[in-house]
This record gives sequence, C-alpha cells and structure tokens, in this order.
Amino acid sequence: MAKARVGVVRFPGTNCDRDVFEAVIATGAEAVWLWHADLFEAKSFSAVILPGGFSYGDYLRSGALAARAIAMRSVRDAAKSGVPILGICNGFQILCEAGLLPGALTKNRSLRFIDTWVGLRKAGGQTIFGEQIAVGTELHIPIAHADGRYVIDQTSLNRARDQDQIWLEYTGNPNGSIADIAGVTNETGNVAGLMPHPERAFHEWMGGIDGRKLLEIWN
Amino acid sequence: MSKSEFIFGVTVMPRKEVLDTQGRAVEDTLRREGEHVVSCRVGRFVELKLVADSLTQATETAKKVSETLLANPLIETFDLRPMGDNRG
Repeated sequence: MAKARVGVVRFPGTNCDRDVFEAVIATGAEAVWLWHADLFEAKSFSAVILPGGFSYGDYLRSGALAARAIAMRSVRDAAKSGVPILGICNGFQILCEAGLLPGALTKNRSLRFIDTWVGLRKAGGQTIFGEQIAVGTELHIPIAHADGRYVIDQTSLNRARDQDQIWLEYTGNPNGSIADIAGVTNETGNVAGLMPHPERAFHEWMGGIDGRKLLEIWN
Repeated sequence: MSKSEFIFGVTVMPRKEVLDTQGRAVEDTLRREGEHVVSCRVGRFVELKLVADSLTQATETAKKVSETLLANPLIETFDLRPMGDNRG
C-alpha cells in the first residue's frame, strides 16, 4: 500500500509546523509542506493539518487573516471532498474563522497565556483523528494559548450536539470555554479542530503519548 | 463615471453576550485607581479608504468587508460610518 500523504500548511507566523511534520513522519506517513500562498491538489492528500502558531501575528483576530489565505481555497476543496483536515491551536482558530468549523475562539477568561498539561475527555465526534479512542476516555495533552476560550451561541451549540460535533472537552476548564469545549468537528466529521497540541504529547520523553493516539490515523 | 475616494470608520465591538475580557481588565484597573467607572468595553476602530463610483457602492463594499473580515458576526458587532468629506 502506498504511504499516506499528509499536508502540513505553513502560514507566516506558524511555529508548530516542524513538530507536526516530525510527528506525521513518526506515524509512518509522508509529510508534505504546503505554503499559504499556493494552491494544492486537495485530493492528492490523505489528510491536511493546520499547525499551531501565531499566523499574521494574531492581527485583527486569531486566525482571521490566515483564513483568507490562498491555500485556504484548497483547504475548502479538501473539506468538501471529504479529506480529513485537522486544525491544532492556531489551526483550529483558522478553521473557525474560515467557517469550516462552528464557533469562535476568544481571549482566555484569565487574560493570561496558559501553557500547561490539561485533562481532556473524548465527548464524541465522527472524526478519523483518534477514531479508535472510546467516548469517555480521558487524555492528557498540553495547551499553550492566549485565545482558547471557545464561544458558540446556544442554538448552534444545540445543533452541534445533535449532530455529534462536540469532540473533546476539558476535564478542568482552563480558559472559560463554553461547555468545557476543547475540540469540535464539522457536520460531516472530516474537519476537526482542537486547542491542545497532540504533537507535544507524542513520545514518552515529552511526558505522555496521548496526542499520538489522535494523530496516528494513517497506518 | 469617474471614481472617487470614500473613507469609512468601522467600530467593531464584542457582542454583549460574549465576555469582554479586555474591557473587564481595563475596568478593574480603572477601579483600582479609584475612578468611578460603571463599565468599560474594548473594541477596535478601523479606518477604511475605498475607491468607488458612488457613496452607495462604497457603502456596500465597506459593509461587505466589515461583515466578512473586520468583524466576526459570531462574537462581534460593527457600526459603519462615512468619515471626512465623502463625495457621493
């Protein structure tokens, strides 16, 4: 079987790109750089990942400018074609700003940048990322963000719940997110986003491997 | 038809139902300094210069960019006003 091909998108200010790239290779897949200013052939990828960072210096709103980048046209095509897409941290913010995921991410309730390990619970979601993890399972993965407070209006939240789009919840809410939400999916489940960094919980020496379970989808 | 320049001021504010953490922090600081501040909300002001055939057309464009980029309707509202001597 041909190796899975995973695209890793770089925007100006992305800074978790190399970690994600190495994590993808460690899962046995081929990692391919994708550049924000270029289109790519959506269907030639087994999955596309938008890593964390501070694209465009978080100007206007986190993810707002990156969501309008040229490469996002291909990300939209990929989303429509059913290609699995994962947004991590700033990547999650970008997918929300692009309207590919419901809700928005705002400043942490504490107004502080929070860099710590958090407990998560898999709440549901039809995503291929961490598909083998049973609902209710607890995971430990680090977060590192200033704008991680997930906001969604009640009607959209109800709809997201009805459609099984709530993917991950914090066991101890670190940032004031509505309904403890740490990660969501789109209606069809192929697009997913989370604030925690699975690539930072990939090897035992990092302090845990729960993140690996979310990224090992292409074996 | 000759094109003219139009300037707009766009005030973007967090929606009332969304917790305004920045506003709250400023409010707390002002209170600590002894100011009798009832509330403080923090938004953003954007000055937009456009080239269009008419004020109507310019307003339409300004509204579109405000809705699609300058403000995120899920968490923010915006108020759009012509500025300076917009020639219609």
